[in-house]
Order: sequence, then structure tokens, then C-alpha cells
Amino acid sequence: MIDAILNYQFMQNAFFAAVLASIACGLIGTIIVEKKLVMLSGGIAHTSFGGIGLGYLLNIEPIYGAFAFAVAASLAIASIRRKIGTGSDTLIGMFWSLGMSLGVLFIGFTPGYPPDISSYLFGDILTVRRVDVWLMAALTIFMITAISSLFNYWKAYLFDEEFLQVLGVKSNLLENFLFIMIAIAIVILIRVVGIVLVIALLTAPPAAARLYTDDLKKIMGLAVILGLVFSFSGLTFSYYYDLPSGAVIIITAAIFYFGSVAVKGRND
Amino acid sequence: MSYAVELKDVSVKYGNLDALKNISLQVAEGSFLGVIGPNGGGKTTLLKVILGLIEPTTGDIKIFGHPLDQAVDKIGYVPQISNFDRNFPISVLDVVLMARLGGRVRFFHQYKKEDIEKAEAVLEQLNLLQLKDRQIGKLSGGQLQRVLIARGLTVEPEILLLDEPTANVDASSTSQIYQLLKELNKEKTIIVVTHDMAAVSSYFDSLACLNEKLYHHGDKQLDQHTTEQVFGCPVDLIAHGHPHHVFEPHGEGENDD
Repeated sequence: MIDAILNYQFMQNAFFAAVLASIACGLIGTIIVEKKLVMLSGGIAHTSFGGIGLGYLLNIEPIYGAFAFAVAASLAIASIRRKIGTGSDTLIGMFWSLGMSLGVLFIGFTPGYPPDISSYLFGDILTVRRVDVWLMAALTIFMITAISSLFNYWKAYLFDEEFLQVLGVKSNLLENFLFIMIAIAIVILIRVVGIVLVIALLTAPPAAARLYTDDLKKIMGLAVILGLVFSFSGLTFSYYYDLPSGAVIIITAAIFYFGSVAVKGRND
Repeated sequence: MSYAVELKDVSVKYGNLDALKNISLQVAEGSFLGVIGPNGGGKTTLLKVILGLIEPTTGDIKIFGHPLDQAVDKIGYVPQISNFDRNFPISVLDVVLMARLGGRVRFFHQYKKEDIEKAEAVLEQLNLLQLKDRQIGKLSGGQLQRVLIARGLTVEPEILLLDEPTANVDASSTSQIYQLLKELNKEKTIIVVTHDMAAVSSYFDSLACLNEKLYHHGDKQLDQHTTEQVFGCPVDLIAHGHPHHVFEPHGEGENDD
């Protein structure tokens, strides 16, 4: 496989995609898990399917459509959530299925044979193209900068946003920014594990990492490493045995997480 | 002279529901005010209005004679510990350091040496320094409450606002916390919001009773008439230091909140 990575462009793309996806899932995943935004992220991910459908219909790159839909959905959810207060799960459910429906509808309107959408739904790391890698790389660099440069604020925001607000820090801005970054992370991960499976890759590495350390920075670091392990397991299996990479990544992640829970427990 | 906190005809509505109705309140500098009232009576809303977290529907709030947005550094806020996810991966020192993040968001912000020294000095003062690296889930309720007080103090405020500081701690921690507040009161104005007033009212030097309206404000002697108005049932207030208990049987429906 190492040979293949050195010699074939599709394997190089897969390699870079795996690395970038792991960084995204480690950083944003940790925030999502600690801020209890998992279902919300699932809602944003599924809404982005509408963008993929629109991309096919308008004959533009579907991933750009997904990006636009994900950002729009995350900002819409953020602002509606603020208005109605807690209990945003109904709202998330609406966006979730509305996005999927729009996607199906747009694809139905698209002339000619229906396109193969399964790589967007379940991911296929071996079909990642060079343009995807460039987009993923740009978004990942943006995300690393945004999180590391404001790290103390993120930590405070995650723990107690109300206190930040009392201090005069605009925590609404942080929240909007976070929601945009969730959308970005989802776009990075769609090519690798797909819309349907994205939640597991965002949650399993940080949740497993949390069992081993009490420090937010270390959780992020460890989650990136675990993400790498899971992604490369998916890459390996899909290269040698022609198994669907997204599914293998998620199954490895889930096995590792449940194994960690069984071994470590958290009943201290 | 301007008051530490002054509210003039403040009302807050949630939809059609009045949470606070025409509240006027003056808190003199250096006082130790207890705001008591039943759950759902608007105590937390009052606190959040003073903190600027909730915009009042009508009315006016002044902190040392200034509008709220010019006074954010004058108020230290101590929220209820039940609001927190105790499993969150953050250490005691990091919680306290949050207090130094105020003002503008700065990119690549690092805590300065003096921030850390200040935080550690406050932790030392509250006898918590040996716990500074501990994750907050590994603290007792009383310890976590004092950590939050330490964070409020690290803002270096002139007013300390506490929301139910003894709601989730045991009796010995309760008196420990109030003794600490009494001590801090020598330098700071302190406002405590609580529903558990009989147990602690001996510490306050003034009391305000809140149930949508503010019924009493002034010295801490309350008469039966006022408490009946506020709580919807007769409450024993005179026995300082004893747990709250109810005199007579009363209708279930009346006090339902």
C-alpha cells in the first residue's frame, strides 16, 4: 500500500484526505462532543444533502452546494435556536429531513440518468480527487488557525458561555463562528465517510480520547491521532479487500470506542 | 452618592408572562443583600437583568451610577453549580483564569503571568490552591462552589452576585460559604439570590423578597404578612439559623411553581 501511495495519484489523494479528515474530526469533534452539539451536527450534515442535489441540478460541483447548504443551515439553526431557547431537537429534526428531501427532489429534477450519490452518502476515500484535497486542505488550515488562535476563548465558551457574556465577550459571535466551523468540518468529512456516517467520525475519536485524559488540548490531540488510525484502517481495507471505506472507518471507530469504555469505564 | 446597584421600574416579560413587574431596588455600597423568594419567583431573572444577560422590557439599571455596559468589570458573577457539566475537561485553575478574559476578543491570547498570579492568590485566599490542577468533576459540591466564587473574585469586582450558592452543598459547606461571603463583604457589596433563606438569613444585613413583585426591601426583619404575600404560605422567618419550616397546613395549589 505504501508503494501505491507513492505511485498512484488516487492513493495520494486518499492519504491526504485521511490526514485532513482526522484533523477536522479531532478538533471540531471534541468541541461538538463537549458542547453536546452532536445531533445538531447531524442535522447540519444531512441538510447539506440538499446542496449536493442542487449542485447536480445546476451542474456545479456538488460539494460547493453542500458547503453552502451546511453553512446556511448552521446559521439558521443557530439563530432560530436562540429565539426558541432550549429544545432545539425538533428544529434539528426538521432541518435533517428537509435537507434530505430537497436533495432527493433536486436530483429528481436533474435531467438524464440519476447520478450516483452513494459516495456522498457513505463516502469513498479512493475516489477523492485532487481538487477535493485542495479544498479540504484550505478549510482545515482555516480551522486550525481559528481554533488555536482563540483557544482560551473556546475553552471558556464551551465551559460557561454565560460567564463570558457577563465579562463583555460577544459569545454569540463565537457561537456563530463555531457553527460555521461545524459546517466546514462536515464538508471536509463528506468525501471520506459521507453524510450519513459523518456523525460517528466526529464523535467516536473525541469520546474515546476523553476516557484517557482530562485536558481539553490533549483530548483534541489524541482524537486527531485516533482519527488517523481509524481513517487508515478504512483506507487499508478498502484498498486490499475492496470494502467500502466509510463503513470500515466507522466500524473501527465504534469498536475502539466501545472497547475503551469496557476497559476504562468511568465509574471512578 | 450613587448606589452600587440601582433598578428603577424594571419589568421583564417572557411572552405574555410577567417574570418581574416594576421592580425598584437600591443596593447601597458595602451591603450584604439577600434576595429571597420562591422558585419561579423571578430571582434568577433579576440576577440576569443586573448582569445584562436579559434585556428588561422596561426600566433602567445603573451600576455605581453608570449604565451596565460601562460597568462589566465591576460585577463578579457566581452562577449555580447545577448549571455545569461536571465532566467537562477543565482544571480548577483554568476555570478561575476565565475571569481574566474580559473585554475584547484578542487573537492568540495567552494568560499573562500576572493573570495566573492573581488567580492563584484568590485560590490561596479561599484555601483551594492545592486543588488547582484538579479536574472540576473531582471536587465536592462545596469545593466547586468556592471555585466559582474564586472565579467571580478574580474579575476583581466591586459587587459580587451569587445565584443559589448553597443549593447543592451540604450544611457544613453552607455555613463555610456564608462565613466566607461575610468576610468578603468587608470590601465588597454582595448580593445573594436564594430560596433557602431561613437557614442563612442571619448573615445578611438586608433582605429583599421577590415573587414577581418586590415585596420588601430594607432591614432583615420580615413580618408574617410579607412572607405570606411572597411565598403564598406562612413561613417561619424569625428563627435565625434554623431550617425553614412551615407553620400551618396550606393549600397545595397555591404554592405550586
